[in-house]
Amino acid sequence: MPVSRLADGRKAWQRRERKQQLARWAMWLVGTAIFVWCWQRISGATTWFFVLDAPHIAGDILERAMPPRWSYISKLWWPIWDTLNIATLGTLMALVLAVPVAFMAARNTTPSRYFIRPLALLIIVSTRSINSLIWALLLIAIIGPGVFAGIVAIAIRSIGFCAKLLYEAIEEIDHSQVEAVTATGASRWQVMAYGIVPQILPAFAGISVFRWDINIRESTVLGLVGAGGIGLQLSSSLNVLAWPQVSLILLIILLAVVLSEWVSAKVRGAII
Amino acid sequence: MSDALSLHLGKPWKKPPFIKRAWLRWLIAVGAIVYLVLGIASVEVNWHRVYEGLDRGAAFIASFLTPDFLTRATDIREGITESIVMTVASSVVGILISIPIGLGAARNIAPLPVYMICRGIIALSRSLQEIIVAILLVAIFGFGPLAGFLTLSFATIGFLSKLLAENIESMDRSQAEAIRATGSSWPQWINYGVQPQVMPRLIGLSIYRVDINFRESAILGLVGAGGIGATLNTAFDRYEFDTAAAILIIIIAIVMALEYVSGIIRARVQ
Repeated sequence: MPVSRLADGRKAWQRRERKQQLARWAMWLVGTAIFVWCWQRISGATTWFFVLDAPHIAGDILERAMPPRWSYISKLWWPIWDTLNIATLGTLMALVLAVPVAFMAARNTTPSRYFIRPLALLIIVSTRSINSLIWALLLIAIIGPGVFAGIVAIAIRSIGFCAKLLYEAIEEIDHSQVEAVTATGASRWQVMAYGIVPQILPAFAGISVFRWDINIRESTVLGLVGAGGIGLQLSSSLNVLAWPQVSLILLIILLAVVLSEWVSAKVRGAII
Repeated sequence: MSDALSLHLGKPWKKPPFIKRAWLRWLIAVGAIVYLVLGIASVEVNWHRVYEGLDRGAAFIASFLTPDFLTRATDIREGITESIVMTVASSVVGILISIPIGLGAARNIAPLPVYMICRGIIALSRSLQEIIVAILLVAIFGFGPLAGFLTLSFATIGFLSKLLAENIESMDRSQAEAIRATGSSWPQWINYGVQPQVMPRLIGLSIYRVDINFRESAILGLVGAGGIGATLNTAFDRYEFDTAAAILIIIIAIVMALEYVSGIIRARVQ
């Protein structure tokens, strides 16, 4: 019981032992010091004159951006179609690649626990921890700018995400069904098709729609680095400071994000 | 024997379809095929260029075996430090701001007007991607890590407040009511009735968000908002794949370390 003595000899209860209290205090001190140091670095790298001027600049940009240049939409249909293609085809490609990775990564279906499983987990971690914009940069350097680089970038980025969720679903399946199918004398592939796949199909559908929704968001900005889609128009409008076009594009992106989220919520609601 | 059974007798068993309504199944199948044909046909792929690029792709993969940490050591160190600094500062500020907003966005705590305002902030933050926010903030505040810091803080608010609010909404009412019955004031009620219930999850989510913030900070440099992204972009542009590989290895290592640490901390608090 943490008790301390007051000056007049009475005992007083306190929440923690002195050592614990000191340790916590030190932790907070170090934490605050780190934060202050970080803030100083940011502050040192900032031109504060621009920041003081920021409300004026923001107002200026807003004034230039309004109203959006609606007529510009005629040039945007094709990029919007490209964006949709990048997201959808990228998701499909990712799913095709993620399914085998997921089966290799799940403890109950992996062919080899000590060799293939770590490899599959490495694929999952490394594709997940690098943003699709970086994948796009890399792919543009390799296969040239365009929609195809965007599709591949989205696909690679999504493998880790889909495979991770899918292998968790595979690990959670009901084993008695698999055993029942095995008991009928089914081969390894038949067990897969009739024992495992029906159990993970709803999760699979949910994951794909969820990832498609995220991919719509990501594909709208891939064009900033040259990987096709509406981001390409955004970046060229920004480069020539055509703020009315920028505001129109941002509105469209916002609409696309809201729409895709609505679709994905509806579909997932219908499946689950 | 019932009619339903006799209907199936003598026929081989068929797997039940995933989508039960036949017309919907066919509609989706035909729609998917039409879309795929149109979509794939409209994607122009310069196979010649792709074929030429395969060498570079192989060179890049090979460069993962010989990453070059030294040639651009100063740039890499500066960039990574800036990314980490942005991550730490924006996570702290973002978490601090998202707590009151999360409280305000929980319907069982906040009055309706506050609820609407806080939900509005969350919706705004969630529907704008980091990179677009970063572009606008760079235009407003100028180049440098301040824009990145503000972007990440803003994104943290949307993520954390939403999950915190959902967590508060699904909390156990009886504990909160027991505190209320002792005659506590509103801050006491929050501190002793609500906070202990959501704290473990809040800590877990905050650490997860630190992880996301670091990953995002790696790309903000592409639009001039500070961090390692600028160095990475330069490395790709100059085809310095071994430097790029070194940076990517550092990013992956830090993300893996963060995931490991967050796993330990989450296991401890839950």
